[in-house]
Amino acid sequence: MSMTLKALLKSPWVFHLSTGSCNNCDIETLDCLTPRFDIERFGMLLVGSIKHADVLLVTGSCNRMSVERLKRLYEQVPKPCLVVGIGTCTGSRGLFVDSYNCPVPLDRIIPVDVYIPGCPPKPEAIMAGVVKLIGKVGGGA
Amino acid sequence: MTGFFLLDLLLFGVVITAVAGMAASWVDRKVTARVQYRVGPPPLQPFTDIVKLMGKETLVPAGVSRAAFLSAPLLGFCAVAAVSTVLWVNQLSSGGFAGDWIVVLYLLTIPSMGIIMGGFASKNPYASLGSSREMKLVMAYELPFVLAILVPVIQSGFAMRLGDILADQAAYGAMASSLSGAIALAVAILCMQAKLALVPFDAPEAETELAGGVFIEYSGAPLAVFKLTKNMLLFVLPFFLSVMFLGGFRFDGIEILWTVLKFVGLVALVTVIRNTNPRVRIDQALRFFWGPVTIAAAAAVVLAFLGL
Ligand code: SF4
Repeated sequence: MSMTLKALLKSPWVFHLSTGSCNNCDIETLDCLTPRFDIERFGMLLVGSIKHADVLLVTGSCNRMSVERLKRLYEQVPKPCLVVGIGTCTGSRGLFVDSYNCPVPLDRIIPVDVYIPGCPPKPEAIMAGVVKLIGKVGGGA
Repeated sequence: MTGFFLLDLLLFGVVITAVAGMAASWVDRKVTARVQYRVGPPPLQPFTDIVKLMGKETLVPAGVSRAAFLSAPLLGFCAVAAVSTVLWVNQLSSGGFAGDWIVVLYLLTIPSMGIIMGGFASKNPYASLGSSREMKLVMAYELPFVLAILVPVIQSGFAMRLGDILADQAAYGAMASSLSGAIALAVAILCMQAKLALVPFDAPEAETELAGGVFIEYSGAPLAVFKLTKNMLLFVLPFFLSVMFLGGFRFDGIEILWTVLKFVGLVALVTVIRNTNPRVRIDQALRFFWGPVTIAAAAAVVLAFLGL
């Protein structure tokens, strides 16, 4: 594994994007930063600018308004980057599956590296998902 | 002679300063985490961050001046490396030159200039706002900082070399043990907080409202250089203060313990200040520095003249 990839997996900076979630997934994501879970142990930081990010955390059901922004943001992440879909909404549009406003799930818009199902997933599940992602990328390279 | 200077610059100015700066940054993050009842990052984290950023793609926003955008981080980096070299040369051999503390004062403003330049060059409203705040902050803290630095100079009989100030302290005890020295040290610590753009004076970066402010458009290697410069400043500024006020760093016998204690103490103090205060608005910061802080610094200068 190259040194930069190794470093990337040890310091994934996270940008959090909500594409029209019901807000529960966002709250659970922010829980990961609290003293109880403390993801800074693994070098993860929440960053405010997409240009600093290594991981794009997407929550919500990708409604028509936010799809444009989602694509634009994905283009702006400096590569290499990883995409994580949090919540059932990103995977299958969850309870918004019949909505006129949510035409396609996330992976029809941008490539997704890992899904973390749950409505909303627990912080433990989010961290387990990220650990699996790190294992997958680290083992596969 | 030039060969030796280059060696000093590379070894002490860049390598040792970068390593010490990353260690300081880790101390800062670890203490922050402990204050918040968290575990905090592993010791190599700042280094991992820099390596990672070096390997990322560098994005230059459309329509900006590439030269200004990409040279801004290097400007600050070179200045900090030069300051650190001057300090180390004075510390380890008496290789200073007349007026070197004035040069250090000048060079220490250059990282801020680099940040202002980079912010304005990135053509982003948040970055421009951050730059304009940084500019006001520089104007706010420079006056008390210079006044505070004058105190040890006056006390050591108008020494023009850092080496003479150190020798004076070796003979008569640290500057901070006198009344004027203690006031000046307190002022200088506040200015150091602002120079590092840490809470409560982090208005230029303001994660929550400006999303990183001046650094918003930076990615990859230029961002890594900015981060490294910040880390190095976190070493160089405490080093400078300890040379001016606390008798400098010494590496003989038991003194090593004192050296580490002085350095870690200053870094931990900065960290505790940043964790126990809310951010002040830029006008409040300006009023604070030009009001009470400048008055305290001026009082310290007067006291130093009176020999207290
Ligand atoms: S997955 Fe559930 S909790 Fe998460 S945004 Fe969708 S509806 Fe809300």
